[in-house]
Amino acid sequence: MNAWLRQHAAALRTALARLARPPGLLSAAVIGIAVSLPAGGYALLDSLRGVAARVTLEPQISLFLAPQASRAQADALGKVLRADRRLSGVHFVPRETALKELSEVQGLAEVVASLGRNPLPDAFVVTAQADSLDSLAADLARLPGVAHVQADTVWARRLAALARIGRLGLGLLAALLGAGLVAVTFNTIRLQILTQREEIEVSKLIGATDAFIRRPFYYLGLLQGLAGGAIALAIVAALLALLNREVGALAASYGSGFRLSFLSAADAGATLAAAGVLGWLGAHLSVSRHLRAIEPR
Amino acid sequence: MTCAPSPRASSRRRWLVSFSAVAKRYPGGQEALRDVSFSLEAGELAFLTGRSGAGKSTLLKLIPAIEHPSAGTVVVNGQNVGALRRAAIPYLRRNIGLVFQDQKLLYDRNVYDNVMLPLALSGQAAAEAARRVRAALDKVGLLAREKANPIELSGGEQQRVAIARAVVNRPALLVADEPTANLDAESAARVLDIFVAFNQVGVTVLIASHDQALVERYGKRVLHLVDGRLG
Repeated sequence: MNAWLRQHAAALRTALARLARPPGLLSAAVIGIAVSLPAGGYALLDSLRGVAARVTLEPQISLFLAPQASRAQADALGKVLRADRRLSGVHFVPRETALKELSEVQGLAEVVASLGRNPLPDAFVVTAQADSLDSLAADLARLPGVAHVQADTVWARRLAALARIGRLGLGLLAALLGAGLVAVTFNTIRLQILTQREEIEVSKLIGATDAFIRRPFYYLGLLQGLAGGAIALAIVAALLALLNREVGALAASYGSGFRLSFLSAADAGATLAAAGVLGWLGAHLSVSRHLRAIEPR
Repeated sequence: MTCAPSPRASSRRRWLVSFSAVAKRYPGGQEALRDVSFSLEAGELAFLTGRSGAGKSTLLKLIPAIEHPSAGTVVVNGQNVGALRRAAIPYLRRNIGLVFQDQKLLYDRNVYDNVMLPLALSGQAAAEAARRVRAALDKVGLLAREKANPIELSGGEQQRVAIARAVVNRPALLVADEPTANLDAESAARVLDIFVAFNQVGVTVLIASHDQALVERYGKRVLHLVDGRLG
């Protein structure tokens, strides 16, 4: 092992020992709680986005033909629709099928039977890209034989907007709490520098370089951030497990197996890395500000 | 690093420390040193005497660049100390063993770890570092106390730990500021004997002391400071 590696190993050991003493772990816990808020929020939003994706990824547009339109007209329209590249799926619902489906809805069978004739038109259900939904619906309404177009754009737009607000809010929260993390580390390192003042002075007198003196503080900031990130992930996992008991029961009543899911491995890794980097940054700011002031007299 | 005088040292003089026309004025106008010039030969032992406030500590602090001269030049081991870049100062200090009146030991670790400190700075291999620490403690007669906390030791013993820390890096130069000031006569004599022993194996030594009588017993060169001037 060369001198450089030995010095880093020694600095790491020193930092670990300092982390184990107050206020090292307490600061890590504060960081953990702060980081758990955006991380937990992200996990929730990500779970909900999974649900929302199934609803909105392929928005459907229903085209109703005029009741008196012939099957030949419907076939012609079908050809036009299948040739349209903006549509990813075209499904023809004949009026007989629509009536049959309606009569299968509980309580409506008698009503349908009493009608005597089929009041429903032929229809196409087409699926399309979400962003072009409005203009597409307008285009489709102008096709010959189409009497009425119904697109679920409002619902899709609202959900997308809510998701955007949620993400923006989480982003702002993460930025604020990230700044908080830097401040917490800044202060821990400042306190550490004050308690180590004598050692720093003596080290400088016997020939310690600035890098040697800074190194344990950088490691401390990094380790404290990483420990905080790990605590945050543990908090998120525990909260999701608690929430899932209730969410599971609620989802089951809707016949769904929906569960809130934990952050993906990549997102969990990114949370840890971000906490570590911010801890390092807090240490860097604190060391740059406070260490120069300590010079042997 | 010079640990023993080279064969040529007797024929051609080699200055390890050289002050020329050095003045030191502190912010606020207090003049601590005025026109100080002297040189220390490699392998020499000299005492620096004078009443408290005469400028002894200031003079010693100029050598490891703890203070910088207001005028004149201080040359140590061929380097103009006043002109050194900040980043170069640690490497200058590693070649100078410093001993202070108040020892400046760290009380959160034992004697062994205190002496280890200078070796930790340079990333010495553990086995070699341990060997050197024990050798240094042996020379000051404290090998048996390596596990003790400095606070458990007497003033004289603490000063000897400080000396062990100063010499563990095998510096060419030892600089001591009033190392005997707080010690009884017996401990003081023992501490000075240790410095003399290091000097006998080739280390250049400069010791500041206000105790003229103690200094004169050694019959070595004496630099006497009066009001910031060498007398």
